[in-house]
Amino acid sequence: MKTLYGFKVGMTRVFDDDGNMVPVTVIRSEPHWVIQVKSRASDGYDALRLAFGQVRRKLVSKPLAGQFKKAGIEPCRYIREVRVPSTDSFKIGDKFGVDVFEAGDRVKVIGTSKGMGFQGAVRRHHFRGGPKTHGQSDRLRAPGSVGASSYPSRTWKGQRMAGHMGDQQVTARNVLIKAVEAEHNLIMVKGAVPGKPGGLLKIVKA
Amino acid sequence: MLKVIESKYLKNDIPDFRPGDNIKVYVKIKEGDKERIQVFQGDVIARKGSGIASTFTVRKISSGIGVERIFPLHSPNVTKIQVVRQGDVRRSKLYYLRERQGKMARIDAKVRESKE
Repeated sequence: MKTLYGFKVGMTRVFDDDGNMVPVTVIRSEPHWVIQVKSRASDGYDALRLAFGQVRRKLVSKPLAGQFKKAGIEPCRYIREVRVPSTDSFKIGDKFGVDVFEAGDRVKVIGTSKGMGFQGAVRRHHFRGGPKTHGQSDRLRAPGSVGASSYPSRTWKGQRMAGHMGDQQVTARNVLIKAVEAEHNLIMVKGAVPGKPGGLLKIVKA
Repeated sequence: MLKVIESKYLKNDIPDFRPGDNIKVYVKIKEGDKERIQVFQGDVIARKGSGIASTFTVRKISSGIGVERIFPLHSPNVTKIQVVRQGDVRRSKLYYLRERQGKMARIDAKVRESKE
């Protein structure tokens, strides 16, 4: 198993063996159960459907409740499908916890960045804006020209402008796992990961 | 929230010391593959931060030159802190000592067990 889902708890710092302070992000990852094994023969590709996270029984539809029952587990809030190279070693009801990772592993952390709303070109694309002085007015945070004149007589597609910023999928790559605490279902990774505390993260072993 | 659990990295044998106190800090130093303990003695001029992020600043005059070191309070390299003398000061950050020299830069010792 190389993939787990978790929730960002927040950031803090710890000391490493040399006494250096290391910034870490704490990720809580509850146990995952396999509720379906998709194989090349029956589905055309190899994958596992994983369930995790507590949910009240009455919030789960009856068809779904049946799947949880088949796996012999409590109902779960989240179900995600994960591709695997081979399904041979997996069966319904298998359980995975944070101990699939260990300190020193390099992982990708995929999450949704903080939503910033509608932002101007200065904030969103680091444009410089216009001059403050020399007779200028209303130009301080302006985006400037958006294209040439007679050719092409239009604005090119992809021209960077003001607009919605954030709330996108972002991947933090080559993230180092600092520590794994199985008893609290916690993973500590070095540095920052996308999104706000509480956000859902996908952690993939690189 | 869960950060409380994370802070098992905290130390709990830290003596009570305040800005104005004169302290000895025993610092572990690595030179190549050798390890030794060095003592840094001076006045505490600031304590900052909370939890695992807390630091303190120690100032001393070393051969005529002011030297300040900032230590993370919970760092494993700070092996021991020893209070030499308690100082009587009225502020929590003693940055004003930096502009003073000689007698002006002294901190009076606290009168022991004054009226409670």
